[in-house]
Amino acid sequence: MSNSHQETPQSWKRHIQTFLWGAAFLAVAGYGVMTALNMYLGGGAREVRYSGEADIRSEFSLTDHTGQDVTQADYSDRWQMVFFGFTNCPDVCPTTLAYMASVMDLLGDDADEVAPIFITVDPARDTVPILEEYVSAFHPRLIGLTGTESEVAEAASNFRTWYERTEDDSAPDGYLMAHAGHIYLMRPDGAFEAVYQDGGQPPDALAQEIIGKL
Amino acid sequence: MRHLILLAALAFWPVSAHADVIISDGWARASILASRPAAAYLTLQSDEEDQLIGVATPIAGHVTIHGVETDADSVSRMSAIDALNLPSGEPVTLAPGGIHLMLMALTEKLEEGTILPLTLTFASGAKIEISVPVLGPGASGPREE
Repeated sequence: MSNSHQETPQSWKRHIQTFLWGAAFLAVAGYGVMTALNMYLGGGAREVRYSGEADIRSEFSLTDHTGQDVTQADYSDRWQMVFFGFTNCPDVCPTTLAYMASVMDLLGDDADEVAPIFITVDPARDTVPILEEYVSAFHPRLIGLTGTESEVAEAASNFRTWYERTEDDSAPDGYLMAHAGHIYLMRPDGAFEAVYQDGGQPPDALAQEIIGKL
Repeated sequence: MRHLILLAALAFWPVSAHADVIISDGWARASILASRPAAAYLTLQSDEEDQLIGVATPIAGHVTIHGVETDADSVSRMSAIDALNLPSGEPVTLAPGGIHLMLMALTEKLEEGTILPLTLTFASGAKIEISVPVLGPGASGPREE
């Protein structure tokens, strides 16, 4: 009887000990897992940036290549295929815009449901008349958008895209624009659907993919 | 492609009497506006280590060799290359999205279907004149036949 009376507090103590050790173990293990996760996510943080898909939205107040003030609402009857670039860009921009033009041609009748949009990141040089001549050379449906520096910055920020002026003595006017080469496919309500690059797939593959989504 | 391949025998150049540079797949993209820079591309292969240090064409005020660096966020940055290294026997390709010749201050826009003359100057002292076809704004390379 005395045994059982003595055992109870001892086993109770043991349980507390086991619990505390368990908690300590979990805390250490948990810390280790969190640290490993942090290291892993920290290393991949640049890619993670684009996982915030819901954050990417087509929202802008700009001027189109015909001189009209427009917002995303003006294209709400269509899907949008959006690319940010600048007309003094000799390589990536013409390549991507020509690719978008091919996609538009390959959409056939479905092209009516897609608005291809080129937003300049160099509004100082890419004025309405320059854009008008530029976009018409690629595709009759291509829409060129420009605006003030702050309007363009806001549009780029809503698309979570990035650009930067880089000084280059050999370039026209002494500078170039660094920019992301993504083509954003946005839903008619301005929500993000997908992102592509011109080298990612042949134009007919992208056209088929878009037709599948319409 | 065969008509694009020029085997430039530099026998006339005493400093590089034995060097051959093979230039292939040359082309330029039709430019949209005369006021906007144009791009030209080609592949160079020298049988001796050399550098491409200059490019000229009568229709452009100046031509620079531009490299494109694309980072993990797919942001493209261009930077001028003063001397493009040509390792011995290794082809160096200039292509869309990568190294390209940037033609600036055009006196006329590049029209599809025309021919663009280019003069290439090498560190060895060699000069090679070539002509490349001007392809459409949507071209991604010379058509292989």
